[in-house]
Amino acid sequence: MFMRMLLRQAYYILQEVGRSLKHNSLLNFAAVGTTAISLLVLGVGLLLVINTNQIARTVESNIEIMVFLKEDVSQKEAMAMEPLLKSVSGVKEAEFIPREEGLASLEGWMGQGTDIRDTLGDKNPLPDAYKIKTRDPQEVDAAAAKIGRLPGVEKVRYEQEVVNKLFKLNNWVRIIGLTVIVLLGICAVFLIATTTRLTLFARRREISIMKYVGATDWFVRWPFLLEGIILGCVGALLAVGILYFSYGMLTAKLQETIPFLPLVSGGGQLLLIFEGLLAGGVVLGAIGSTISVRKYLSV
Amino acid sequence: MISFFNVSKIYPNGVRALQEVSLQIDKGEFVFIVGPSGAGKSTIVKLIFREELPTKGQIYIGGRSVIRMKSGEVPALRRRIGMVFQDFRLLPDRTVFENVAFAMKVICAGRSEITERVPQVLKLVGLGKRMDDYPPQLSGGEQQRAAIARALVNSPSIMIADEPTGNLDIDTSWEIMDCFQEISKRGTTVIIATHAKEIVDAMRQRVVALNCGEIVRDEHRGVYANAT
Ligand SMILES: Nc1ncnc2c1ncn2[C@@H]1O[C@H](COP(=O)(O)OP(=O)(O)O)[C@@H](O)[C@H]1O
Ligand SMILES: [Mg+2]
Repeated sequence: MFMRMLLRQAYYILQEVGRSLKHNSLLNFAAVGTTAISLLVLGVGLLLVINTNQIARTVESNIEIMVFLKEDVSQKEAMAMEPLLKSVSGVKEAEFIPREEGLASLEGWMGQGTDIRDTLGDKNPLPDAYKIKTRDPQEVDAAAAKIGRLPGVEKVRYEQEVVNKLFKLNNWVRIIGLTVIVLLGICAVFLIATTTRLTLFARRREISIMKYVGATDWFVRWPFLLEGIILGCVGALLAVGILYFSYGMLTAKLQETIPFLPLVSGGGQLLLIFEGLLAGGVVLGAIGSTISVRKYLSV
Repeated sequence: MISFFNVSKIYPNGVRALQEVSLQIDKGEFVFIVGPSGAGKSTIVKLIFREELPTKGQIYIGGRSVIRMKSGEVPALRRRIGMVFQDFRLLPDRTVFENVAFAMKVICAGRSEITERVPQVLKLVGLGKRMDDYPPQLSGGEQQRAAIARALVNSPSIMIADEPTGNLDIDTSWEIMDCFQEISKRGTTVIIATHAKEIVDAMRQRVVALNCGEIVRDEHRGVYANAT
C-alpha cells in the first residue's frame, strides 16, 4: 500500500515535470544554454590544463645537460669520468659523446649541402662531451652546478630558461584555469537558480494551490529539483558533445601540422573530463534549483 | 470541531487584525463570518487553515492544537479542509477535470479513484457537461463551482470560503450559495466569510459579526446587521 502510494507520487511528479518542461520552453532553453556554455568553457579550460601539463612534462623529461670537457683531457680520461658524473645526485643517465660524433651530428644538423669538414680542415674544434639526463626536471639546476665544479669540466650548458618558463607557464595555466572554473561554476549555479526562480514565479499559482489542497513540501519540491537536474544534464550533454567533436577535429588538424606536439588524445583522461562535466551539470542543476526552491517555497 | 480561545493576531507591520477572539464552531454547522472590509474575516480563515499563526491564544481543530502542530503535519490538516477563494484560483492551462483531479493527485489518489470521483463532484456542482473545458471558457459562477468541486473532491470535513461571491452578480451568488447549502446538508462544516448582506439576511444561518478585529455579535439564525 505504501509502495503503491510512493509509485503514484513518483508518477504524478514526473507528469508535472513533463508538463513544465513542455510549457516553459523558452526558460528551459535559457537554462540549458547557460549551463552548456558554462560547462563548455569549463571543459575548454580543463582540456587546456591537461594538454599544457602533458607538453610541459614531455619537454621537462627531455631536458638535457651538455657537459663539455677541457681540451687537455684525453679521450681515455674522458671516458673514465662516467661513473663520477653518474654519482652526482639527481643524475639518471650520462652518455659519452666523443668529439668526432659531435662533429658528425653537427654536420647532420646543418644539412647535406654544407661541407663543414672542408671549411674546418683537419681540425675538429669540438671538445669531448657528455649528455646528462636527470631523474627529475627540478634537479637540473643543482646537478648542472655540481658538474660544473668537477675537475676537467670546461663548460656546462642546458636550457635553463626553457625549464623555468615552462614551470611558470604551467603554474599560471593551472591558477587561471582553476579560477575560471570556479567562477564559471558559480555562474552556472546562479543561472540555474535564476531559471528555477523564474519557473517558480511562473508557477506560483500552481504551487500555492498545491499547498492549499494539502501537498507535502516534498511533493511541491521534487518537480523543481528534477527539472533543475534534467536541465543541468541536458546542458552538460550539449557541452560534452560540442567539446568531443571540436576537440577531435582540432587535435587531428594540429597533429597534422605539428606532429611532435604531445597532445592528449582519446583514453582515460578525456573520458574523465567528460564524465566530470556530466556530473557537474547534474550537481549544478540540483544546487541551483535547491537554492531557489528553499528560498521561495517557505509557506 | 473548531475552537478559538482568546486569539489575537498582530501582523509583523503592527496591524492588530484580531483581538481576544473566542469562537466555537461545531461539526456540521453553517456559519457566516461578516463584517466590513478590514474587520479580520480573512485572518480568521487563514488561522484555521494555518496559513498564519496567532500571536496569542489557542486554536484547536478536531481536538488538535494548530499552534503546536509541526510543519510536517500541516498538509494532513489541509487535506481535511476545503478552501474556496474570491478569485477562484484555478489553473487556466488545465481543463476543469484536470483542475479537480490535481487536488487528488497531490494526495496520491489512484487513477481509477480519480476517474470515478472527479465526474461525481463535478455533477454535484452542476458542471458535469463542462469537464473538458478550460477555466477561461467558463463564466465566473461556473469557475467558482469548479473551485468548489476541487475543494470538495477529497471529502473534507470542513469547507471554508473567503468571499466566494465577491466577484459574482447576485443571481450567480445565489447559485453558489445553493451549492454550499447542498454541501452542508451532507454533514460538512461550512464557514463562509462574506459581506453579501442580502444573502446572509435571507439564509438565516449562524452569523459571527466582526468589527475591528473583535467579535461584536454571534447569533444563530442571525442577520447581517442588527436593525438598531
Ligand atoms: N499579511 C498581512 N500583513 C499585514 N497586515 C495584514 C495582512 N493581512 C491582513 N492585514 C491587515 O489586517 C487587517 C484585517 O485584514 P483581513 O483579515 O484581511 O480583513 P477582511 O478580510 O475582513 O477584510 C487589515 O487591516 C489588513 O490590512
Ligand atoms: Mg478578506
